[in-house]
Amino acid sequence: MIARVLSALEALGARATGMVTRLGLAGRFFWIMLRVSGTSFRRFHLTIREIYFAGVLSLIIIAVSALFVGMVLGLQGYDTLVRYGSAEAVGTLVALSLTRELGPVVAALLFASRAGSAITAEIGLMKTTEQLSAMEMMAVDPMARVVGPRFWGGVMSMPLLAALFSAIGIFGGYLVTVQLIGVDEGAFWSQMKASVDLHEDVLNGIIKSAVFGVAVTWIAVFEGYDATPTAEGVSRATTRTVVTSSLAILALDFVLTAFMFRGT
Amino acid sequence: MSSADPLVAIDDVTFAYGDAAPVLSGISLTIPRGKLVAIMGGSGSGKTTLLRLIGGQVRPSRGEVRAFGQTVNRLRTRQLYALRRKMGMLFQFGALFTDLTAFDNVAFPMRERTDLPEPVIRDLVMMKLHAVGLRGAAHLMPQQLSGGMQRRVALARTIALDPQLIMYDEPFTGLDPISLAVTGKLIRDLNDALGASSIVVTHDVHESLAIVDYIYFVSEGRIVAHGTPDEVRRTEMPFVHQFVHAEADGPVPFHYPAPDYRAALLS
Repeated sequence: MIARVLSALEALGARATGMVTRLGLAGRFFWIMLRVSGTSFRRFHLTIREIYFAGVLSLIIIAVSALFVGMVLGLQGYDTLVRYGSAEAVGTLVALSLTRELGPVVAALLFASRAGSAITAEIGLMKTTEQLSAMEMMAVDPMARVVGPRFWGGVMSMPLLAALFSAIGIFGGYLVTVQLIGVDEGAFWSQMKASVDLHEDVLNGIIKSAVFGVAVTWIAVFEGYDATPTAEGVSRATTRTVVTSSLAILALDFVLTAFMFRGT
Repeated sequence: MSSADPLVAIDDVTFAYGDAAPVLSGISLTIPRGKLVAIMGGSGSGKTTLLRLIGGQVRPSRGEVRAFGQTVNRLRTRQLYALRRKMGMLFQFGALFTDLTAFDNVAFPMRERTDLPEPVIRDLVMMKLHAVGLRGAAHLMPQQLSGGMQRRVALARTIALDPQLIMYDEPFTGLDPISLAVTGKLIRDLNDALGASSIVVTHDVHESLAIVDYIYFVSEGRIVAHGTPDEVRRTEMPFVHQFVHAEADGPVPFHYPAPDYRAALLS
């Protein structure tokens, strides 16, 4: 009995130290990546290529999701607000929800599953097929040539995607409430304009998405680079990227929200 | 450094991945200049690790690896990268960059490591591809090429910067007889044409006996025999005999160590 309790405790401890070790590894990885990031900017075409793969190719899923999220927000918001006779405030509701929360968070979640998993799988497969080793033997640092551009490409894409998400979402809300239900167009826009603050709401949303961008892409490149070089290893790493970065997004969102919006 | 010094000298090297049992224990060997040397041994005998040690991708837990007069395992990253410019390594399955064409794969080391203008690079790439007989495949993606052709493109990339030391990791694995002969001939010809030294890690006895100058046999992390191809063919050493004549059982047992068969079945 005691032996079983002990072994359970040991397993728990091993998990905990394992997690701390991994966090340390990821931290060291981040530092090494930053040190060789010069390449990503000196040879900016490398980064642009990754912005295309991570950002441009995520556009469709981001746009379609944003449209639907905006339309649902419009419907739900109208349904509630009309009971209090303030249906025109639906524009404010849609815009604030999107710029403050849903834009950065949902765009980051989609980005993690669309682009983050792709980055992990690509780097993991390059490792499995010895492409990273081959690069090292050609005296080219894979951290500078492969990892850096992917990281910065992702970091730059994320805020843009989140901004686009909010914009298209607002348009979705407009379609449903103004065009479909018939809320007054002037009131919809003017109330939104009056209550959305550039610094408080828009800028804070952008800061959030930038933080999410760093977190998601960091996790994605680390998991790919750290993957066990087998088919199973790469699939595990890809799953871990999506799970870990989704949790990281939600946890970071709470922390950031607590700092940004208290008392307002 | 005099020209009589070997290009690569491995001196009493022991290596283990993490805390596992050592992959190599107390290995010493030398690669003379201008020679083509084979390192042979069964799968998992630590042959590939030897190449990684010479390239400085892993460091020995004991002993010294010297190449080009420098101690590889003591170099800092920058020096190591400078040293690697003189080396080329062909990986087992080519390790071509799958998002680049054959042309761009061969051009990769030139674009990354030199300031040559693009027209010069173009000519050089075409020359390298011509040397492996694939100038006509320059525009193809790796997945459009057969395994043998991929290996040849990778070979062209390996020699892109005219290395003085070329390392081959299992260059004959998974090739049809024609590709096999072509690859063997290329390895020999490139070594002589470039005035380079080459190391071929392989378990393909017949192909390598035909082309190499010297052979080391590695088993369980140790060098068990070495000699010229003629000496190897004539030797009566049990391990070499088993290996060269491809016998299923001998000093290298057919069975992985296991408890008594009868006892295991009856338990």
